[in-house]
Amino acid sequence: MSTNTAYYIPHKATWPVIGTAGLVTMLAGFANYLNGSSIGPALMVVGLLIFITMLVGWFTLQATESETGMYNHEVGISYRHGMMWFIFSEIVFFAVFFGTLWYTRNLSVPWLGGGATKELLWPAFDATWPTNGPGKVGGDFEPMGAWGLPFLNTLILLTSGVTCTWAHHGLLAKNRDQLIKGLIATVALGFLFVSFQAFEYHEAYTEMGLTLGSGVYGSTFFMLTGFHGFHVCVGAIILSVVLFRSVRGHFKPENHFAFEAAAWYWHFVDVVWLGLFIFVYLL
Amino acid sequence: MSAVVDEHDHHADDHHDHGPAKGLLRWVITTNHKDIGTLYLLFALAMFFVGGAMAMVIRAELFEPGLQFVDPAFFNSMTTMHALVMVFGAVMPAFVGLANWQIPLMIGAADMALPRMNNMSFWMLVAGVLLLASTLFMEGGAPNGGWTLYPPLVLQPITVGKALPFAIFSVHLLGISSIMGAINIIATIFNMRAPSMKLMDMPLFVWTWLITAFLLIAVMPVFAGAVTMLLTDKFFHTSFFNAAGGGDPVLYEHIFWFFGHPEVYIMILPTFGVASTIIPVFARKPLFGYASMVWATGSIAFLSFIVWAHHMFTVGLPLAGELYFMYATMIIAVPTGVKVFNWTATMWKGAMTFETPMLFSIAFVVLFTMGGFTGLMMSIAPSDFQYHDTYFIVAHFHYTLVPASVFILMAAGYFWLPKWTGNMYNEKIGQLHFWISVVSVNVLFFPQHFLGLAGMPRRIPDYAVQFADWNMISSIGGFIFGISQLLFLYIVIDTIRGGTGEKVSDEVWEDAAKHSLEWTLPTPLPYHTWTTPPSVVPTEHVLDSH
Repeated sequence: MSTNTAYYIPHKATWPVIGTAGLVTMLAGFANYLNGSSIGPALMVVGLLIFITMLVGWFTLQATESETGMYNHEVGISYRHGMMWFIFSEIVFFAVFFGTLWYTRNLSVPWLGGGATKELLWPAFDATWPTNGPGKVGGDFEPMGAWGLPFLNTLILLTSGVTCTWAHHGLLAKNRDQLIKGLIATVALGFLFVSFQAFEYHEAYTEMGLTLGSGVYGSTFFMLTGFHGFHVCVGAIILSVVLFRSVRGHFKPENHFAFEAAAWYWHFVDVVWLGLFIFVYLL
Repeated sequence: MSAVVDEHDHHADDHHDHGPAKGLLRWVITTNHKDIGTLYLLFALAMFFVGGAMAMVIRAELFEPGLQFVDPAFFNSMTTMHALVMVFGAVMPAFVGLANWQIPLMIGAADMALPRMNNMSFWMLVAGVLLLASTLFMEGGAPNGGWTLYPPLVLQPITVGKALPFAIFSVHLLGISSIMGAINIIATIFNMRAPSMKLMDMPLFVWTWLITAFLLIAVMPVFAGAVTMLLTDKFFHTSFFNAAGGGDPVLYEHIFWFFGHPEVYIMILPTFGVASTIIPVFARKPLFGYASMVWATGSIAFLSFIVWAHHMFTVGLPLAGELYFMYATMIIAVPTGVKVFNWTATMWKGAMTFETPMLFSIAFVVLFTMGGFTGLMMSIAPSDFQYHDTYFIVAHFHYTLVPASVFILMAAGYFWLPKWTGNMYNEKIGQLHFWISVVSVNVLFFPQHFLGLAGMPRRIPDYAVQFADWNMISSIGGFIFGISQLLFLYIVIDTIRGGTGEKVSDEVWEDAAKHSLEWTLPTPLPYHTWTTPPSVVPTEHVLDSH
């Protein structure tokens, strides 16, 4: 429990402007790289290093303040609002790509393969899913099945949700051993998931002819699973930090916002995967 | 929440008042809601003049038929950048600036709920606008495919140049900035209100911003997703908007306007909030229909999500789609009508005086309503086939943005600057600014209705001679409007530096403290306010709902 009854308001902040500088340097570098400028990659690395420095510095500061009891109950509520609406914005971001998949499968592909479009433009086009379009963009490919690695990955991620909750129970019951073991399992399962996905991508590119350029199927497949995979990485890194802090003796049963936020994020990533498994792989 | 604690002093101490840090660094690392509000407002004012200068280039080129001053690609860059700068650099940040200043003052909070993130929101905005502005100096120039960035046009080599990835990453940064700002506002309003202030006691400005914040969180990621797909279509061989690969360029339009329509309400809802704050003070009456105002705002926000394809009536929607989006759009007139009725009823039999903020607010009610009526005309799908992509559209949305959002931002400046600075602005120059603005803005935009109905298309640097007369009149109005805004700049600077020198009372405006909390604080405002929340909140503004 915090020792203060007052709402903590910091009077200066140096990390935000440093983080912004890092991010804009990284993005300017990326844009230069896309334009074929040789300075691009170097800028990206510099920007990334500044950004990582910011993350380490800012989160260390927050953890220290939290552990020294500077946050009261209301500060915790503000943080929870922050995390909750951040996750909501992420859900919307994924919804755009799910919506794109829905629109493509149910509207644009049938339109391309029917009526005057079929008659006049592409009589040979058979509008079935999966497709790389009437132009066969990216050449022949084999679609990704659901019951091999993807199903295994579903089980892995669902299990990691359980271990995460088990760790939380450990934290609440003041069982530090269970907390740490649960977190180790969760992080390990997270990285296992990412490794399997990397293996799956490798198979797709080398064996199945399936790439990001494989028409609209390849586009939606890699964009949805790719952004999700990135979020799993971020979630696993966040949980690693929580694990590190748990080993250091941080968190109390009545005060562990960082753990909660990480767990919320992890469950969000979990739910998105279920959506992916159903709409990208299964149907 | 009983009090506030700061970094140096961990005791809750109600009278302990830290001033700002010394030097310029104060503005870089500040977490104070007033400092950050000032940064937002000054940045928005600067961008208002940058975007305004671009508009002057546009009106100069259109003064006469033929190509006079700029080449067509640069002209198209100007229309694109004018829109992006005004929307993302001027109007939105200005309202975030007002939110930063006013929301904590109005709800009795010591500061925003997440002060460090507040600082980051501002700097992300600056970074995003810098990234966008940098394209002006690049080979191939700034983006010139229109602010909507429609594919396939915007993906063509001739329209892209080097600018596209910079513009896209700029959108990402601006999106992050807006989402962080919105989250902060939501957390502040829900978590930092004075304990005695119920949701239905909140001033309408706070209500409209709460609803706007939800709109922002719900649609900025949509825009980010859309431009991300543009990026991968251009650079990573995806086919989202490429029919040959099974995609569809119309999908981009759907996604863009699913963002874009709520986006225009993001710019107008806080406008409604400020108008609902100012009009009752100068009518010396409580706001008429407080509860109905709250519900109308919520209804407009909800409707904004289900009307997007009225921007796309000519794209080839199925008939059922045309009909649905037509009727759904018309429904927006109902809650909007409620609002206009309430403002009018607030003034009815009021003891009105006409200081500059009130003049701008009344002009807003009249001229925004006109913009609303042309909107209603365009909602009729078969009629819109005639208006689509003409100057009629340009006239419509400028009426809802310039004599509405921008006028209300001016009104807010005149209304609150005396409270913030402790100095009174020069009323004579303020009124002069108002009268020149209100006349010239109509000379500028009203003829564009005629041009549009006669068939003059948007976004072209040259036109048939039949459009010459009204274009010249519109340009003359534009130049006068543009130059007269320097009066506002003068007044802002003059007021900050001492204004008329007259002593400003705590209330500033007669009986203002009955309406809202900020007027019960000392003038000029101390650096920290409401370190202990107020025990009583004014309820004049909500009289109707109790």
